[in-house]
Amino acid sequence: MNLKTFRIGGVHPPENKLSAGVPIEAAALPKRAFIHLGQHLGAPAKPVVQKGDKVRVGTLIGTGEGFISAAVHSSVSGTVFAIDAVVDASGYKRPAVIIDVEGDEWEPAIDRSLELKKEITLDKKAIVDRLKEAGIVGLGGATFPAHVKYMVPEGKKVDTLIINAVECEPYLTSDHRVMLERADEVLVGTRILMTALGVERAVIGIEANKPDAIEILSRKAQDHPGITVQALKVQYPQGAEKQLIKAILNREVPSGKLPLDVGCVVNNVGTAVAVYEAVQKNKPLFERVVTLTGKKIPKKANFLVRVGTPITQLIDACGGAPEGTAKFINGGPMMGKAMVNTDIPVTKGTSGVILVDESEAKRNAPGDCIRCAKCVAACPMGLEPYLIEKQAEYALWEDAEKEDAADCMECGCCQFTCPAARPLLDNIRLAKATVMRIRRERSKK
Amino acid sequence: MSAMILYPVIMLGAVAGIAAILLFLTAKKFHVEEDPRIDKVAELLPGANCGGCGYPGCRGLAEAIVKAADKGDIGGLSCPPGGSAAMKAIGEVLGMAVAESEPMVAVLRCGGTHEKAPRTLKYDGAPKCVIAHTVFAGEKGCPNGCLGLGDCVTVCAFGAMYMDEKTGLPVIDPAKCVACGACVKACPRKIIEMRPKGRKDRRVWVNCVNTEKGAAAMKYCKAACIGCGKCVKECPEKVQAITLQNNLAYIDPKKCIACGKCVLVCPTKAILATFEPPKPKPVESQSAEAPKATV
Repeated sequence: MNLKTFRIGGVHPPENKLSAGVPIEAAALPKRAFIHLGQHLGAPAKPVVQKGDKVRVGTLIGTGEGFISAAVHSSVSGTVFAIDAVVDASGYKRPAVIIDVEGDEWEPAIDRSLELKKEITLDKKAIVDRLKEAGIVGLGGATFPAHVKYMVPEGKKVDTLIINAVECEPYLTSDHRVMLERADEVLVGTRILMTALGVERAVIGIEANKPDAIEILSRKAQDHPGITVQALKVQYPQGAEKQLIKAILNREVPSGKLPLDVGCVVNNVGTAVAVYEAVQKNKPLFERVVTLTGKKIPKKANFLVRVGTPITQLIDACGGAPEGTAKFINGGPMMGKAMVNTDIPVTKGTSGVILVDESEAKRNAPGDCIRCAKCVAACPMGLEPYLIEKQAEYALWEDAEKEDAADCMECGCCQFTCPAARPLLDNIRLAKATVMRIRRERSKK
Repeated sequence: MSAMILYPVIMLGAVAGIAAILLFLTAKKFHVEEDPRIDKVAELLPGANCGGCGYPGCRGLAEAIVKAADKGDIGGLSCPPGGSAAMKAIGEVLGMAVAESEPMVAVLRCGGTHEKAPRTLKYDGAPKCVIAHTVFAGEKGCPNGCLGLGDCVTVCAFGAMYMDEKTGLPVIDPAKCVACGACVKACPRKIIEMRPKGRKDRRVWVNCVNTEKGAAAMKYCKAACIGCGKCVKECPEKVQAITLQNNLAYIDPKKCIACGKCVLVCPTKAILATFEPPKPKPVESQSAEAPKATV
């Protein structure tokens, strides 16, 4: 088999896809749902319900304000208890709608039948409008509002749509399960997105460690002209947009540019299913597949969870956190962040929750940099992490800008390979944020 | 034998002489006329090059002062560590009047000690407040409180700060603090404030910056300002130095007369004073002892 991959850097951490064989199961409804209004990249949505309002599953509760923003819908039926600040994964409070759950009554407009609707009746503009109404965001983790991605500015030509089914993060299996169980929806969703872009070609990129998904999608893709499946060599961070484009199309996105500039758009495979549901079944985005895993937890699972469900509930459904759990990681182990507590709700961007025990979670005490340059070899963006770390330490922001600190995508390969356990990414993140701030201030002048 | 010593001496002597003449001539030709006042002003500055004034070192400020003096006003410039004494002396040298400025001191506004706000989480990332601040709300859960990683202590060029292991909070030594403002800039949570030293070193301030509602704040910190407003009512009517905004009281140092009444009524002891506040009248049996600030 011809396995493609990107050229520069990358690492291959232990895969630990423990929950790959577990079918998706629907999680129980929460008693009270906490739905954040800022579940996407950009400005938080504005609430359109009030305390005491009755809502149904799929009722609009927040509208996206501004260019980059997304609508938020209720994931449960019941009464709005309050609109208040609720702690998110980082411990800071963000505005949220709190709903007391009563029954499970859906908006009548949503088509709940399981029948596959292949026919695409909407045109380009109608599809993009539908994505906006349904509050679709990228489900890969960055939660970029989907409708913005498909509003291709004039003068830009797109020829290929890439469906990101790489799931290069260890442990996570939510996309894998979606591909196995909902292959038809993935393909119809892909065709909808192709229509929205007006392209004839779509490539689904899957890493070689998911042979069953490659097999099933390749077989079914034969009925869908223009869609091909590309098997990829297992290499982290292949699921990053720029690396995936390089791997599949051998095109390089220049610094500070978007995939649009090299003629393609990348979308996550979970998003393709959400798009299918939004366009064909009129169902807004209010639930997603979340992997719950960990080496010690008795039961591993892939839950279909309503947004706003407290994560504690998922952990309890798997038999509770085993003793010695040191970190609850929101997302994959490479890019995810440890949560401050498990009472926080699932959002559109929660791809998985990993329970890591003490021995695994412990960070070694940092030693001095020995100039081995392993981080330089591992950086998929071709940066020099050891240098940017030092610049951040001494607050040399102009130098950090020259070293392209802003191009860092925070994949963590540098820190993963560092034999001295230096906090490279922590410092580079600081440099990146500061350089971006300085640039914004400069452009304002 | 004598030639062996003599020739090198003559040779090197001649080279030295020619070089001296050349250097003398170049120095004459390329002489830069510098305002002699800059040297005089620089001498009067502390020479710590702390950067608190916003100029690169003391000489940078001296140049700026002389430049401003030529325009006729040096009012906008000041040396925080030197204070009004230094500026007065400079004013005399330049023959200009300098307005009296109030001496300032850095004040920490967080009471989240290990005891009052127990650490429920453990942070193992890079030990810097700026980094921890972007990652999460902090080990004690307070989104506004001190992270305790000591960015302020690192930047203090005057050794006026140290980290107290017992409380997990930085301590400012008012005797050493020169009010350069480096810690204020370094703190990502804006906990440290520059406040006037006050008459006879009497200062009162709210030792909290948390803006959450009282009940929410009390969950993780027993020393939080809960925004009850008792201090606002207690503040003498003519003074009215305390304002309540976003569940947080703030004492305006310009208005405060440092009577210490608010310190006694605060239910969470979130108001600190540098002096012993007068005991309330014995009629009201308030035995609660007012906390005495250590900073």
